Amino acid sequence: MRRRLIIVLLIILQTCRLAAADKPAAAVVSVAAAANLTYAIEALNLEFQAHHPGARITTTLGASGSLFAQIRHGAPYDVFLSADTQYPAELAAAGAGVSATLQTFARGRLVLWTTNPRLPMSDLKAALTSPALRKLAIAQPRSAPYGRAAQTVLEQLGLWSTLAPRLVIGENIAQAAQFVETGNADAGFVALSFVLSRRLAGRGSYLEIPAPAYPGVTLAHGAILTQHGRENVTARQYLEFLRSSAAQRILRDQGYSSPE
Amino acid sequence: MPEAHATFLGLSPALWQSLWLTLRLAAITTLVLGIVGLPLAHWLNSTRSKLAAALETVVALPVVLPPTVIGFYLLVAFSPQHGPGRWWQAVTGQSLAFSFTGLVIASVFYSLPFAVQPFQAALRAVPRDLLDAGATLGASPRRVFWRLHVPLAWRGIAAGLTLGFAHTLGEFGVVLMIGGAIPGVTKVASIALYDEVQALAYPQAHAFAATLLVLAFALLLVVTILQRRRT
Repeated sequence: MRRRLIIVLLIILQTCRLAAADKPAAAVVSVAAAANLTYAIEALNLEFQAHHPGARITTTLGASGSLFAQIRHGAPYDVFLSADTQYPAELAAAGAGVSATLQTFARGRLVLWTTNPRLPMSDLKAALTSPALRKLAIAQPRSAPYGRAAQTVLEQLGLWSTLAPRLVIGENIAQAAQFVETGNADAGFVALSFVLSRRLAGRGSYLEIPAPAYPGVTLAHGAILTQHGRENVTARQYLEFLRSSAAQRILRDQGYSSPE
Repeated sequence: MPEAHATFLGLSPALWQSLWLTLRLAAITTLVLGIVGLPLAHWLNSTRSKLAAALETVVALPVVLPPTVIGFYLLVAFSPQHGPGRWWQAVTGQSLAFSFTGLVIASVFYSLPFAVQPFQAALRAVPRDLLDAGATLGASPRRVFWRLHVPLAWRGIAAGLTLGFAHTLGEFGVVLMIGGAIPGVTKVASIALYDEVQALAYPQAHAFAATLLVLAFALLLVVTILQRRRT
């Protein structure tokens, strides 16, 4: 009786294993992307899928630092798109990313965005020193490159310490934007891609911050294949696609400049 | 990205600040829970109103709702573009989101069932005839409640208050939505710990997490002892 049971169990087990082995490797790419790419990534994925009809892409958005920490601890993402180049480089150095695939695919643009009509947006300093600015949203500088850029802008203007009591810090750039959108913050430093997005276009007004205003923070967006995605052919194709002219055109339309 | 230098018990001054803020938040929340929750629990126990079942369910909602749901609705309600937030801004000149007051309001909502449910159980366990005796001797219902009913149920009430306090210490999702991580104002312990982990500052994270664990254990031990002695 017991022997028969064991045999049946073995057969079931074997069938399961065969079924798993027979399944063709589905072309699934799991992408971990910096939160500023929220809108651009939809357009990029559609374009990629137009050329690779079988591919399925899942996206996880978050602060670059958070995603970096997750991947470092074995999160099963194939591709990492960061809002800087330092996190992907560190991933490669730590052996959790494939160094040869490290690349810069876009450069982010920082804007000051407001939905408060009373805020003077004639120039940056006027907006930041206006009494109408009671709460200013930025992304967490320790884990979000856009937050670091925002902090540098304020430091360069000598406003960091005066504005510190009015800062509200989003966990990532999307949360900072959400604080502004709900009107809970009067203005915020966000990515140009957010204010250009279909969902937010035309809401409030924004000022682009020129890159020299935040020296030391490039907002160069780095991409890398993770150790987990090493064998994933479609993931490699996805990384190549990011440098293609089609992808670069999408990124330009969505508020990014070219990586060079 | 290591911390500059650790201080007392291996925690930076910023982490101590967040812990102190959390304790203040929990203390004030507990006070409000006592003032609002006790009469509420008593009313729910004694009313025959058809609304009672609905209200009791509303009170219990935070037990099952994701805290982010509460946080999301509060973020919308606190916005100066909507009623409550606009009113608050007009009266005080400040916004409710990203303020300590906002966190207190959120925490009271969020911790209400953890205080009110033990309150109800404790008040219900007091023998009816003792209260009737008080009433027969001429005490008003209010006097009976505060001078007889509450003192007789104090163990269960203390347990409810301690649970409310402990639960507020553990708050994360609500604060993440409406807090904005302002040091000394809304950056509570759970958010501070989250930030340490995000920044890969593990020694700090470990020290802080251990501190919170010890604190939570001590509080729950108090609740357990209070409830064991009752029987």
